[in-house]
Amino acid sequence: MIQTNSDAIIRLFHIHKRYGKNFALKDVTLDISKNEFLFVTGRSGAGKTTLLKLLYLGEPVSEGQVLIDGMNLSRIGRSRIPLLRRKFGIIFQDYKLIPTKTVYENVALVLEAAGRKPRLIDKKVRSVLRTVGMEDRMGALPQSLSGGEQQRVAVARAAVGDPKIILADEPTGSLDEEAAGVIMDYLDAFHARGTTVIVATHDKNLLQRSTSRVVHLRDGQLWSNESA
Amino acid sequence: MKRFFKRAINDIKEYRFLTAITVVTIALSILIASAFALFFVNAGDLLTQWQKGIRMMVYLKPNTSEAARLDTKFRLQSIAGVQNAIYISKEEAMDRLKGQMPHHSALLENLKENPLPDAFEVTLQAAARDSAELQFLSERIQNLTAVEEVEYGQQWIQRFTNIINLFSIAGYGIGALFFMATVFIVANTIRLVLYSRRDEIEIMRLVGATDRFIKIPFYLEGMIQGGLGTLIGLAVLYVGYFSLSSHFQPSLASGLLTLRFFPATICLLIVVSGTLVGWLGCWISLKQFLK
Repeated sequence: MIQTNSDAIIRLFHIHKRYGKNFALKDVTLDISKNEFLFVTGRSGAGKTTLLKLLYLGEPVSEGQVLIDGMNLSRIGRSRIPLLRRKFGIIFQDYKLIPTKTVYENVALVLEAAGRKPRLIDKKVRSVLRTVGMEDRMGALPQSLSGGEQQRVAVARAAVGDPKIILADEPTGSLDEEAAGVIMDYLDAFHARGTTVIVATHDKNLLQRSTSRVVHLRDGQLWSNESA
Repeated sequence: MKRFFKRAINDIKEYRFLTAITVVTIALSILIASAFALFFVNAGDLLTQWQKGIRMMVYLKPNTSEAARLDTKFRLQSIAGVQNAIYISKEEAMDRLKGQMPHHSALLENLKENPLPDAFEVTLQAAARDSAELQFLSERIQNLTAVEEVEYGQQWIQRFTNIINLFSIAGYGIGALFFMATVFIVANTIRLVLYSRRDEIEIMRLVGATDRFIKIPFYLEGMIQGGLGTLIGLAVLYVGYFSLSSHFQPSLASGLLTLRFFPATICLLIVVSGTLVGWLGCWISLKQFLK
């Protein structure tokens, strides 16, 4: 049974996503509350990444409505997409760090893009890098870092703009258990500060360490919606 | 803006090979187009100089009386566009000819009769020196009763004017082609840079960067490349002009022509145009890339 919630920061109504004749998502309806920690699970190809992409308009929906913090995504113009994306901090499985920029520059980019002042940028970037334990590697380029370190930088980049929502797509997919635990600790810490966190994962170990709600996708459909 | 400039300069340093190709291409295009323009400027000066020296020779009919000659002079001087009319008798004309042909003076001495006609040498006001005005003036003078023939090298002036006009049209055409070629080369070079940085641009968009935030450094890069390429092209042209003019100026210094480079305002205009070409190239490729 689908639960609804009037305190929702994210609302999906009968979402369909098609690529040609193939459905990636079918009739998905889901509410996600403010300051919720939600896991989206399912096998590879179940539609987890597609679901996240629809939230930040990485892809448009084929049918249905998506509301993010009061913004109806089917009605926002191209010029307002950056404003929507600044509500999110996004963590990708492949990190998506810019290889020619240093750790500091990669993290600072979010605030520069939002037009923040240099002094504030410097203060916040140093602070968030200290939080994820990467302050000593600020001048390093991403390729000189380990996978776990790169993902910590990606977490810092996602958190530096104080987003309302953090989306993490398989954030521990390519990390060992210890490094994965560190990343999840950071996500728990951001959640504790009031951020809504959505983690797409197929890693059952992550679910076992949490009591958060889990939604399960199977072949593009919402299969179950429960507390872990 | 300082932040955008910093990013643009960093990008130029990082992609210096592509930047160098763009700058050299712009420099070559500006060099060739400006060389044409400089040629026209100096050819125009030459035409003006020659036009200043135009004289019209008005030959009188044989046995023209003194009274008819004086009447013709009066009529010539009253025609609009004529500055002065100086009478040259057939004897004076023969003396001039002998002076110009000293080796053949014996031949001229043996002539039983002076074959040269009496004539007027007519100098013209500046407004009457173009080809059409000269034609009109010569027809009016030709209608005077004592006048046998009017000569002013009309065919030569007409041909030279035609050649200059032809070169001007060709120059505009070549200039337009170079302009388009340069814009497309800049656009393609910027597109290569954009293509090599597509992941970075995608990441910027994902973290909430506006198109403006992404585009401005590219526009600045294009303008810097355009301005720099133009300055280099003009500098090379000046070096070429300087060495040519110092080599040929002594032989041209007979007073007829002085070679000159573009004035400062035109140089500035060319640099601004080159900068705009860089901007336009960026605009085209960004418009396609960031669709």
